[in-house]
Order: sequence, then structure tokens, then C-alpha cells
Amino acid sequence: MRAVITVVGKDTVGIIAKVTDLLSKNKVNVMDISQSILQEMFAMVMLVDISDASVQFGELSKQLDALGDSLGVKIHAMHEDIFTSMHTI
Amino acid sequence: MLNTFDILETIKMIEEEHLDIRTVTMGISLRDCAGEDIDRVAGKIYDKICTRAEKLVAVGEEIEREYGIPIVNKRVSVTPVSLLCDAITAEDVEPLAHALERAAREVGINYVGGYSALVHKGFTSGDRKLLSSIPSAMANTDRVCSSINVATTRAGINMDAVKMCGEIVKKCAELTADRESVGCSKLVVFANAPEDNPFMAGAFHGVGEAECAINVGVSGPGVVLAAVKRAGACSFTELAETIKRTAFKITRMGQLVAAESCKRLGAEFGIVDLSLAPTPAVGDSVADVLEAMGLGTVGTHGTTAALALLNDAVKKGGVMASSHVGGLSGAFIPVSEDSGMIAAARTGALTLDKLEAMTAVCSVGLDMIAVPGDTPASTISAIIADEISIGVVNNKTTAVRIIPAAGKTVGDEVSYGGLFGSAPIMPVHDGSSEAFIARGGRIPAPIHSQRN
Repeated sequence: MRAVITVVGKDTVGIIAKVTDLLSKNKVNVMDISQSILQEMFAMVMLVDISDASVQFGELSKQLDALGDSLGVKIHAMHEDIFTSMHTI
Repeated sequence: MLNTFDILETIKMIEEEHLDIRTVTMGISLRDCAGEDIDRVAGKIYDKICTRAEKLVAVGEEIEREYGIPIVNKRVSVTPVSLLCDAITAEDVEPLAHALERAAREVGINYVGGYSALVHKGFTSGDRKLLSSIPSAMANTDRVCSSINVATTRAGINMDAVKMCGEIVKKCAELTADRESVGCSKLVVFANAPEDNPFMAGAFHGVGEAECAINVGVSGPGVVLAAVKRAGACSFTELAETIKRTAFKITRMGQLVAAESCKRLGAEFGIVDLSLAPTPAVGDSVADVLEAMGLGTVGTHGTTAALALLNDAVKKGGVMASSHVGGLSGAFIPVSEDSGMIAAARTGALTLDKLEAMTAVCSVGLDMIAVPGDTPASTISAIIADEISIGVVNNKTTAVRIIPAAGKTVGDEVSYGGLFGSAPIMPVHDGSSEAFIARGGRIPAPIHSQRN
């Protein structure tokens, strides 16, 4: 299963490093990253493969949530299908 | 890869604009539960719901986690219970409502719909038994919802049933007088009731439905409101287009959740119902959408036109986005559940008469409206008759969920908290409808029902 992880919030040092570190510890493979600064807001979108992940999706979401709180950013992990169904015909 | 803008748009809809799946409703046929002995029938109903819907809540939560979309309610609708009452020998069928209540508690759902009767042309003995048990069943259960279909465009209006409904509504209010007449909030009187509606309190699993089907209700007044605000001072053509596009995106999400729920629960795909269903939360209001279109307050001149545009654009966007659209699909205007409607009703800008006009172009009807507790049953019946006529003549669903709040009058309010919100008591006309309602019989089907 592929998921989309988004990180939105105020830019600080090491956001990408900490998120990717958490993902690699859980054996989640990052397939694509796009990152930009929109009106001083950090916005990162990652496409990841969680087929071989060492934890359940719910647990991964929880860990990302907690990391987001500690970094002062909002992290969402959602199934890729939600975006493809909403935005493509 | 996916477009970053699209992804952030979806997240914004969920985080800031209250986008959610309002309900995943499992329709379950109870036709195999029929029998003569009421205790056995009640037992079968309980067992069937508990078995079929055992995983409903767990699967709903699993999908919610994986897709990151809130699924606010998981519910069950069943075959109209009056169909089971015909064979039952007992006169009092209320134990069936208690079986539904127990099953709802066991599977962990907040409402089960289908304590219902379809009497648009006439009554069977089972229908009469069920109807007479409704007031006490609504008073003695918390999670059971009831509906009565009193008319269709093909059959006309069963005015005996309309008369009876006025009395049932009054009795529901009186029996729950100590709880703000909450019994009435779980009872809907319909014309042209849809058999696959996932929304409470009017949901039931129609006789033409499969053994078990999943119907999904998607909401999102907040998302439409944000889109209308962003569109700014554009023309109506552009406004309609904006709403259509937004409705499309929302419904696609509902389609995905419905398909996934069916797969995981082993049920048939029923329908997706895209209805802008408000909640009392600020920013989740249909009234706010109408006001964002340029109205000073909901209820003023232009409100019906604005609602007509909204309802139609929502349907058009929704139809394109799902393989099966059904239920009510459109905009709901429940007064107590919509912060903008509550505000307009308090100032007197929104009246019962204007609401009736609005129901001619929205997807449902007079919904969650509180009126004085001393309103005569015949006046309630007459309000129902008016509303039902709009549905019958215009070939659409209309419904009445009205609360003659016991012991209260104009100037007071009823307050339920949660999704049901609160409603100021609205005045009704003084003139008597007694002799009109007392006539009985049927109002014949309109000429355009003759389509064969």
C-alpha cells in the first residue's frame, strides 16, 4: 500500500531529517518527495510505500502525529487512493 | 506524482472545513425474521443485526485511520418493522423496538432506523399495530428511529395516516416532556420516502433492497462555504460551476469509502448520498452558504432561489462522481442543527412559511422545527399535509420532523446538545384546520402520476 505523508507548519531546522529518520526506523520506503515554502509555511509532501513497514498503519500515524507535535508542525499520513479519487477522473 | 496543491486542498477540507463522511449506514433485511411469536421475532432481529453489523464500527474506524477521513457515524437501517408486525399475534409490538435498541447498543452504533411503516395508500393490521406503538417506543428507547411514509406521487396522500401522524407526533412530545420532547426528533413523516437513505432519522432498508447493503452519506457544507467565499462576486453561472466541482470532489471521497466498506464488510454497494448536512458547529452551516451567496440573512427574499441553485449544483456534481447516487442527495435545512438557521429563526427572519417554500427546492423538508406545545394535533397534521403535498405534486421527497415542545411556547427554546442542537419555538398560524383534517380518506394522485 502506498500512502501520502504531508508535513505543514512553520519552517525549522531538521524537519525532513527527523521525519525520514522515523520512516526508516519503521521500514517505510520513501518513493518521492516534494517540498516548498509557501508564504513562510513549510509544506512537504511524500509518497511512501508501507507494504514492508514494521508497524501497522495506525501505529505509524500515531508516531508521526507525536513527532509533528514535538516539531510544531502538522503531519498527516493518508492512503494514496483518497487523493487520486478526489482529484483525478 | 500527485499535485501538491491538490493534496493540501484535501487536507485543508478535512482540517479546517469540516469535511467528513457523515455516516456509513448498513442496510439489513429483516424479512427472514418474520414469525407469529413476538419474543422469537425480537430474538431473531437482535441476532441478525448483531451478526451482520458485528464489524461495522471496527471496519469504519479502520478505514477512518487508513484514509485519514473522519467517519462521524456508523449506523444500521432495517426493513420497515411494520412488515414483520402483520404475522405477529401480539397486539403490542413495542418489544421489537427494544430488540433494535439492544442490538444498537451491542454493536456500538448511535442510531438504528426502520421502526417504520409505509402506509401511503392504506394500512394493514401490522401497520396499525406499529403506528400505535411509536410514541411509547420513541419514549422508551434512545437509539431507535421511526419513519412513516404517508404519500407517494403514484398513490396520492393517505389523509387518514396524516391525521394519525399529527396525533402520534403530539403524543411523542408529551411522553418525552421531561426531555425537551426529544421523542419527536427521532420520528419523520415522509412523502416519496427513499428506500436507501443513509441519514437518520428517516433511514430504512427498503423492500426492494439487497440482503445487506452499504449506503454512505457524505457531508460538507463547510467545504462548499469556503469555495463560495473564494469564488467571490462572480456570476451565478460561475457560482454553480464552483459548487458542482466541489460537490464532485466530496462525493468521490464518499464513493471510495463506500466501495472500501463494502469490500471489507462483505455487503453490496448501495448508494452514495451527497447531502450538505449541517451540524451546530460554526462553519458547518447551510444557512452560511446561502448568506455567502449574497443574502443579508437566510429567510429573506432570494433564499429559495439561492437554495435551488445550491441543491441542483450539489446533485449535478455528485451524480458525476459516484457510480450509484441515491438517498436524498442535496441540501438539508434542519433548523436546530444549523447555527445560521438558529440565528435567523431567533430574530424572526426565518419563518415556518418561508421554510415550507424552501422545501420545494431542497432535498428534504421541514426538519427539526420546534413549535408551541399547545399546537393542536390537527394543526400538526395540516402542516404535514402541506409539506407532503409539495413532495407529491413535485415528484420529490419531502418530510416533516416537527417538535411541538411540551410546556413551551414562542420565546422559549428546546436544546438537545450534540448533533441535534437547539431550536427556538416558532409560531404557527392560529386558524383551525380541524374540520379539514377530520375529513379522512385519500387525496388522489396528481395527474402527472399517470405516466404509463
